[in-house]
Amino acid sequence: MVTDHPSVQTIWTWLDQVPDPEIPAISLVDLGIIRDVAWVDDTLEVTVTPTYSGCPATSIINLDVEAALREHGIQHLRLKRQLSPAWTTDWMTEKGRSKLEAYGIAPPQPSGGPKQCPRCKSPHLERISQFGSTPCKAQWRCTDCLEPFDYFKCH
Amino acid sequence: MTQPQFEFLTRLGDNTLVLGHRVSEWCGHAPVLEEDIALANTALDLIGQTQLWLGLAGEVEGKGRDADTLAFHRDVWDFRSLLLVEQPNGDFGQTMMRQFLFDAWHSNYLAQLMDSSDSRIAAIAEKSTKEVTYHLERSSDTVIGLGDGTEESHVRMQKALDRLWPFVGEMFVSDEVDAAMVAEGIAPDPASLRGEFDTLVNNVLTAATLTRPQDDFAHKGGKTGGRHTEHLGHMLTQMQWLQRAYPDASW
Ligand SMILES: [Zn+2]
Repeated sequence: MVTDHPSVQTIWTWLDQVPDPEIPAISLVDLGIIRDVAWVDDTLEVTVTPTYSGCPATSIINLDVEAALREHGIQHLRLKRQLSPAWTTDWMTEKGRSKLEAYGIAPPQPSGGPKQCPRCKSPHLERISQFGSTPCKAQWRCTDCLEPFDYFKCH
Repeated sequence: MTQPQFEFLTRLGDNTLVLGHRVSEWCGHAPVLEEDIALANTALDLIGQTQLWLGLAGEVEGKGRDADTLAFHRDVWDFRSLLLVEQPNGDFGQTMMRQFLFDAWHSNYLAQLMDSSDSRIAAIAEKSTKEVTYHLERSSDTVIGLGDGTEESHVRMQKALDRLWPFVGEMFVSDEVDAAMVAEGIAPDPASLRGEFDTLVNNVLTAATLTRPQDDFAHKGGKTGGRHTEHLGHMLTQMQWLQRAYPDASW
């Protein structure tokens, strides 16, 4: 039997066009929360891991994934939630990191704080608060240009 | 005791639910905007963890109750949360002291649960630990900052500590539910976690120039559901108002 499933690679490309609902500058694939895409017989299984357990975007993300894949003609779809291994910002793509910075959000760094001001690139920074406008961000300020900015927390 | 694992999971889920609701009461009222956001985010994490714990509790129970049903369709006597988490917010200092005492216990307990013989429990613990690590970092810093702050903030933090200390002991009381969990390798014996808690709390209190109360008398009755303080019932009338007025209403 000849299968006419779109390939898994094609589906990854489609998912890479679905924006994160809270930070639309990056895609769900950039964010690193799509953990697996696989065909099980005629059903497409997409494994998604939540960023933060209470992130209100989680249910919207599932809806967006479903809507995008249905639009591409996928009929049998199953979304699987995976908690372990827990999501980490290490899974964010390089492309996602540069897009974040261009958007004005400092990308996560292993040191635990932003490397430079996303606007003037100064390394002279101070933390305002460990929490920010969404669970994944903290508030920092540049002491050179004095602008506050969001830092995508290393998680 | 019909289902020890269900009991155990509702204890975890009710702690995060009740504390999450309490902390959310600050939304729009915190002393400064940054703290308002931090409190709301902490509450959000706790409510998210509640969905995982109570969701699993409903699954284990097998009677078709989901996290929402457990959260909104049970009354005070069915709640298994620690007495500490239902205590009123008081001032900002009391809220942060309550958070610190809970975080100090919670972070350590979750770390142990990551080795649970039940992979579903280990996975939720792994997910929650990352969030609770932030909570502990922030609550420790705040307790130190306010304790070792002005004369006024120091007095308020000492008062908060004295007010909440009688609710610390319950976190380390073991009963037959805990024994059943220990026997199956699902969870640690709460009593075994006291040493690490004391070390952490003593270090933070010393840095905060606060005096640890001498009397270790402990109120009990939250985690067994036997006797909650009057505060939980009042809180539930707020939290469950919609489901009480319009049972089974949904979006
Ligand atoms: Zn700058």
